Amino acid sequence: MLAYFARRLIQVLPVALGVSLICFMLVHLAPGDPLVAVMPIDATAEQEQEMRAAYGFDRPLPVQFGLWVWNAASGDLGRSIATGRPVAGEVMRAVGNTLMLAASAAMIGFPLGVALGFVAGYFRDTWIDRGVTALAIGGVSTPNYWLGMVLVIIFSVQLGWLPSMGAGPGGSGDWRWDIAHMRHLVLPAVTLAVVPMGVVMRTVRALVADILSMDFVEALRAKGLTGRGVLTHVARNAAPTALSVIGLQMGYLLGGSILIETVFNWPGAGFLLSNAIFQRDLPLLQGTILVLALFFVALNLAVDLLQSAIDPRIKRG
Amino acid sequence: MNMRLSGLKALARGFALTAATVALATMAQAAGTLRVGMTASDIPLTTGQTDQGGEGMRFMGYTVYDALINWDLSSADKPSTLIPGLATAWTTDPADRTRWTFGLRQGVKFHDGSTFDADAVVWNLDKLLSPEAEQYDPRQSAQGKSRIPAVASYRAVDPYTVEIVTKAPDATLPYQIAWIMMSSPAQFAAVGKSWEAFAKTPSGTGPWRLTALVPRERAELEPFADYWDKTRIPQLDKMVLIPLPEPNARSAALLSGQVDWIEAPAPDVIPALQANGFAIVSNALPHNWTWHLSRLEGSPWSDIRVRKAANLAIDREGMSALLGGLMIPAKGFLPPSSQWFGAPTFDVKYDLEAAQALMKEAGFGPDNRLMVKALISPSGSGQMLPLPMNEYVQQSLAEAWIDVEFSVVEWNTMINIWRAGAAHESSEGAHSINFTYFIQDPFTGLIRHMASDLIAPNGTNWGHYSDPEMDALFAEIRNTFDPEAQDAVMRRTHEKYVNEALFLMVTHDVAPRAMSPKVKGFAQAQNWFQNFSAITIE
Repeated sequence: MLAYFARRLIQVLPVALGVSLICFMLVHLAPGDPLVAVMPIDATAEQEQEMRAAYGFDRPLPVQFGLWVWNAASGDLGRSIATGRPVAGEVMRAVGNTLMLAASAAMIGFPLGVALGFVAGYFRDTWIDRGVTALAIGGVSTPNYWLGMVLVIIFSVQLGWLPSMGAGPGGSGDWRWDIAHMRHLVLPAVTLAVVPMGVVMRTVRALVADILSMDFVEALRAKGLTGRGVLTHVARNAAPTALSVIGLQMGYLLGGSILIETVFNWPGAGFLLSNAIFQRDLPLLQGTILVLALFFVALNLAVDLLQSAIDPRIKRG
Repeated sequence: MNMRLSGLKALARGFALTAATVALATMAQAAGTLRVGMTASDIPLTTGQTDQGGEGMRFMGYTVYDALINWDLSSADKPSTLIPGLATAWTTDPADRTRWTFGLRQGVKFHDGSTFDADAVVWNLDKLLSPEAEQYDPRQSAQGKSRIPAVASYRAVDPYTVEIVTKAPDATLPYQIAWIMMSSPAQFAAVGKSWEAFAKTPSGTGPWRLTALVPRERAELEPFADYWDKTRIPQLDKMVLIPLPEPNARSAALLSGQVDWIEAPAPDVIPALQANGFAIVSNALPHNWTWHLSRLEGSPWSDIRVRKAANLAIDREGMSALLGGLMIPAKGFLPPSSQWFGAPTFDVKYDLEAAQALMKEAGFGPDNRLMVKALISPSGSGQMLPLPMNEYVQQSLAEAWIDVEFSVVEWNTMINIWRAGAAHESSEGAHSINFTYFIQDPFTGLIRHMASDLIAPNGTNWGHYSDPEMDALFAEIRNTFDPEAQDAVMRRTHEKYVNEALFLMVTHDVAPRAMSPKVKGFAQAQNWFQNFSAITIE
């Protein structure tokens, strides 16, 4: 297992390098200029040239990329072109906020998805199954940014129960787990939870329905096991696949929250990424994507390890 | 009975006590906190020279800092003019017009308590222009250097006098100087000579001081009690700036009471805001929405009859309906209320018959339509609603037998094309570019668009326009040192702009902002920058 863990860690390197290279190339292929973020639009060509040299954009692209990789390897992700602040600090703070949002959404979406999926699978082809399936398809199909806006209109604008934006009355800088701050988390977390909840619900429903029709379940029943005993076996058999889907969905929650964070002005990695894209802030863009990619890889690794712990038939190594 | 009476008395006392508490609390909050939802995606640079364009200067420039020369932002009824700021007077030497002397205001303190003087002015100019100086800041330089192109050298004559020498005689220097914000040298030293540290605890001389900063989330400003201009000491207890770049998020934040004021509400949300009791405040703004026309050889816009016909073919009142009334129909390149508008003889209005007559005269007609290619962007800072507005213009011009083919490019790309000029291959032979302009001073308002020496890529004369008569007017503006006489030259220049229909002049933005009815005392100046000092919250 340790050898497997070490090998997976080594595999992170080409993944990180590949992600960075693709990101770097995409930014340079896209129209626009990173310097737009830092200069008045009517700056002269001479001043533009000075700034280009100051930021190193006058160097050949391979040199620019090589330097960035070299610095990133020592933990220096550079400085944001738009703000001048160190990228590492910006990204880690934003990723922290996204993790908080994603974890909250996971706590809402995954238990509900698993529970409802289990119920639907157990009562397959009944009205309960159809109701839950409809809910799951609705969740997967609803554009979450639209849902977010609707929830804002209902719960913030009309009812005035919950805030519509921000990460707490004083911003994320003084976040505390109290009512005043957690109120800000409710709407974005619920909105973000809907899609993964639907996906997990459908997966678990299909798994449970499938496992219940297997011969070994008949054998269990023939041996006299009923209700809870059978369900325990079904759950253990469904867990590895469900866990794998949950892991992927956790990745979605981390990296796919860009629209939700924009709608709710949540200062997370998605919001940061969106700003970096619009401002062509190359160091910030690369830093954010790299950190998110590393989180994604770490998450997959954790899921793989958990899978083998739950189901010894799955061998790693 | 007695018990009941005493119970009632106790209840009454309770009510009275509660009412008094509420009243006291209300009194304590009488000045209140104003929470502003900005369109910017981040808090503007806090060190002095701001980023984030006009909005940055509005909220983090003229609030925390002062320039030697400020804009008069006290009135909504007249165009803004320059007024003394940290300089009380400025003169040029009649024998050598490149030599300017600025007499500085005495007794001015920075927020950190240090004294503002001539050394501070020199220090701040070095901050932008001298890469060898320890306080040189590339980020502020990127924002500020291009604003003072005339400055050649500067020195402190005595503790309260500064001399600035320009590269050539340039009477527009006061407008340039109004961009330059004065940061505190003492505070820079106190925070370890680091602009990054200074950004967290900045110190200027302005009416507001920054008391809290969460990058990308909020900035809190509180009044500076020792501000030198007692009429501009803020009435509020606090002003909170919140970046809210997404228009729907901004509107929702206002409607749900999380902010009291939003910049640039989306036009389609304005009726809902008004129906909910929110005030929409707007005013004329030195801004225009135009098509900058190519004057390269072969451009159809080189024919004055075609240019005039196009200007007469647009029903601007119809466009106003499209924008919910939040525009001022163009009567020229500058807004009609501008002090430099003058009295042009060409009346910019909707007159399709006259437009068609001019087109016929130019050799075009229903069977011989003119084809033009126009660069537009789907979005962009100050571009208002570029897609529907450009489609409206396209339809209007079609009625005057001008068929428009759009080349739609992303905004950042558009900026690069604009800098590169009409002759550059990136323009792909386009005959015009839809670009909105900040037109607040002689240079940004008129000179930069049409001066021969600023033909792109040397400057932002995108269309390669060149006219010795216009260049002579620009030279006259730069060499007229009496402000009133200079205004007169500006008016003549603008008249030429309009009479020769040098642009397709469509509309002016009115900088709408929506605010809670609790917000009182705000007078929206006809300027990109605003005065927040008189505001209170009820």
